[in-house]
Amino acid sequence: MATTVQSRPRGGGGRDRLAGPFGMAALYVVLAGGALLTAFPFYYMLVTSTHRTSEILRIPPPMWFGAALQQNYAELLDALPFWASFWNSVAIAAVHTVLVLLFCSLGGYGFAKFRFPGRDALFAFLLATLMVPGFLGLIPVFIVFRQLGWIDTWLPLIIPGIANAFGIFWMRQYIESSVPAELMDAARIDGAHEVRIYWNVIVPVIVPALAALAILTFIGKWNDFLLPLLILKEEEKYTLPVALSTLRSLRGSEIGVQILGATGAILPILVVFISASRQFISGITAGAVKGV
Amino acid sequence: MATQTVSMDARARAQDRRVMWREARRNGWAYLFISPFYLLYAVFGIFPVLYGLWLSFHKWDGISPMQWNAAQNYLKLLTDDIWWYTIYNTIWLFFGATVPQLCLALLLAFIINSSTIRGKDFFRAAYFMPIVCSAVAVSLIFGSMFGERYGMLNFALSAVGIPPVDWLGSAAWLKPSIAMVTVWQWTGYSMIIFLAGLQAINLELYEAARVDGARTRDVFWHITMPLLRPVILFQVILSIIGAMQTFDLPVMLAGGTQSSAPGGTDRAGLVAAVLLYWTAFKYTEFGYAAAMSFVLFFLIITFSYTYNRFQGRNPTE
Repeated sequence: MATTVQSRPRGGGGRDRLAGPFGMAALYVVLAGGALLTAFPFYYMLVTSTHRTSEILRIPPPMWFGAALQQNYAELLDALPFWASFWNSVAIAAVHTVLVLLFCSLGGYGFAKFRFPGRDALFAFLLATLMVPGFLGLIPVFIVFRQLGWIDTWLPLIIPGIANAFGIFWMRQYIESSVPAELMDAARIDGAHEVRIYWNVIVPVIVPALAALAILTFIGKWNDFLLPLLILKEEEKYTLPVALSTLRSLRGSEIGVQILGATGAILPILVVFISASRQFISGITAGAVKGV
Repeated sequence: MATQTVSMDARARAQDRRVMWREARRNGWAYLFISPFYLLYAVFGIFPVLYGLWLSFHKWDGISPMQWNAAQNYLKLLTDDIWWYTIYNTIWLFFGATVPQLCLALLLAFIINSSTIRGKDFFRAAYFMPIVCSAVAVSLIFGSMFGERYGMLNFALSAVGIPPVDWLGSAAWLKPSIAMVTVWQWTGYSMIIFLAGLQAINLELYEAARVDGARTRDVFWHITMPLLRPVILFQVILSIIGAMQTFDLPVMLAGGTQSSAPGGTDRAGLVAAVLLYWTAFKYTEFGYAAAMSFVLFFLIITFSYTYNRFQGRNPTE
């Protein structure tokens, strides 16, 4: 048995070995080609944001960086309050994320480590809400915000999703599988308060899950478009995507300026993603598979 | 002797009561911890949906008093050509963008999952990059690349002798353009989910099959695919829900949110969510738009259910 396994070519014994050497080369070409197609728009974005329209529309189009970055930047700041929108987006996403981490970890902890009447039914209901598409309540929820006096404020963007079904489900899965009950029992015998147990015993253990949820939540909120578009009226309250969506009509002709604005929304998030991609992807993966 | 038993019973009962009381107090904390979700969902989830249903039987501009309209909104929708055209566009984009995206993602996941491929982490991260980007920013970039006379894409096509295409300006090419950007943005995400499903398959199953002399093709059809089915089902249903309410990319690529004619040339890029947005918040026909959202929801349920039935049958059994 053992010799059979060992005599097999390396790696061939586990998952499917797809092809011979030529086939493997072809697979790498497919993978690399796809990765290039995926990456090219990012390269185009960086290059084009340093050119004026007259250069961009030349044939062949510029494939290397130009000298117009400063001029485009100055015009971008003229066209819209870029930095105000940028910091608005940062503030909204950051506050929202902190509250999501707090309320979803509490909810997940409640479902994972307590046995109380109605728990399973409540949890099934929570999962079912994940299947309800967002647009169904879009119009009336706008009326609700209006009744609350929340139009043209950041509250509709920050508050409704802080205890969301996805985040609670996510934290429950993690806490259930990785926090031993003995940890809490020990603390309870010592007479610790439940809030104290959450904060001193649970939170330190679930930092990896909190980190993945934080990145996911922050990116989602940063890119959120429809709701801020509906809610925000005054330009100085705009988030970055809403501000960018006005660029086409404001500065329809200067392509480099538009692309530079897009760069401002994409680059910071991309840097965050690349620096944390491993944890981030493994986080999503864990949530997805356990979710099935 | 007898009195002793009684007092022991009493003590045991007191003990029980203390335990129960402690249980109840602890449960109180659990209810407190999970309550924010239910409170928020009642206000911003359940109530709006019910209110929306009520609204869909009214004529209302959002300001003046509501007028009871019975099923007029729904009857009007049945014969509203523009509405059904947006449904056509939405379904077109599902088959033109979401289906290819899912197939491509599945193929890439199989390749990357193969044990002999190196650089898995690199490829996973590279393919995932587009999904972290704002759709508005992405549409600005592609809007430029799709330029008719001087865009990057037409330049690349001219290099192989293909005449320029008016990607975003012509009714014929607007949907394919939106589809291309959608595929670009979402393939990596679906791939990660499929890959996770593949990696969760127990390696010993493959070992056992090999020992029994199964060929790669048999392993694929009799082990990999059946075990991956729940993951595929899950991802396809989520994609149906997502595709039916797609908004950001179509609205931005077809002229933006301030365009006076939504959906671009001949409304070729007008999808259901965009018409719903325009009907409610530009034309202020709240009741009519609410009816649209429920018809759309009904269609989503129908499609998801049909797919579930369709995929629920196991071809290998």
